[in-house]
Amino acid sequence: MVKYFFSQTDIKSSWEHVFTAFWQRYPNPFSKHVLTEDVVFREVTPDNTLISRRLLTKTNHLPRWAEKIFPSNLARSVFVIEDSIVDPKNKTLTTFSWNINHTRLLVVEERCVYSMSQEKQAWSLAKREAWISSGVFGFSRAIQEFGLARFKSNQIKATRGLEYALSTLHGDGPSRPLKDSAKEAIEKTKETALATSEKAKNLATVASPHKSNQFV
Amino acid sequence: MNSVGEGCTELKREYDQCFNRWFAEKFLKGDRSGDPCIEMFKSYQQCVQKAIKDKDIPIEGVEFMGPNKEKPGS
Repeated sequence: MVKYFFSQTDIKSSWEHVFTAFWQRYPNPFSKHVLTEDVVFREVTPDNTLISRRLLTKTNHLPRWAEKIFPSNLARSVFVIEDSIVDPKNKTLTTFSWNINHTRLLVVEERCVYSMSQEKQAWSLAKREAWISSGVFGFSRAIQEFGLARFKSNQIKATRGLEYALSTLHGDGPSRPLKDSAKEAIEKTKETALATSEKAKNLATVASPHKSNQFV
Repeated sequence: MNSVGEGCTELKREYDQCFNRWFAEKFLKGDRSGDPCIEMFKSYQQCVQKAIKDKDIPIEGVEFMGPNKEKPGS
């Protein structure tokens, strides 16, 4: 079973600014969970697109109920590969990222396409899709709900982080002062996380009333 | 931002600076005059690829955008 997520947002910056900021969005106030960032492959293709691979390490925050059941997963952070193609002719940036460890617990794959907005050429469009799945027998629904909650919260942070980078680099960005929108975004992510983590906790309790290490 | 290789962060920063300038001023504008960051990239990669091996990070042989192939709309 896979949870699917889709969102589409307008970014009030030109596609050139967005593509440039994409490489410079870490660190930002919303990316405390991102520990390291490295380009591990990069090439300009014969048709003049830029393909890159970035390796990111992120903290593996699990809710309390999951920490008790999967203690060994706390040990290592999550490794995420982010592959991307910049096509300056078509004015698109396509990214695909996924985690390459902790995969038995949870797999989160995300595809983003950034492009010039069709309605307003000075703006850009960000289309984001994610597929969230867990293979753990008996707990997969709860873990997927948690995965989706964390993804939604991280997605808000990612959008805010890119806006922050755009504002820092180019003076573009939201018309509200960043401090307020940052506070609001953090409150919103806490609410989202709380609501969906309650749901996940209930699902976990229903799945198994006893503690068990056999799925680790 | 830090590199996964603790000793590679300086090399990473130098390369990133070069890349960001080339990306905005040349690449996006369709200028194909060549990559001024090649040497910096080589030094940075030597460092970070070693760190990746030392830490057993399993990126070897992973196909570019591999999982995207089975996704709808890819």
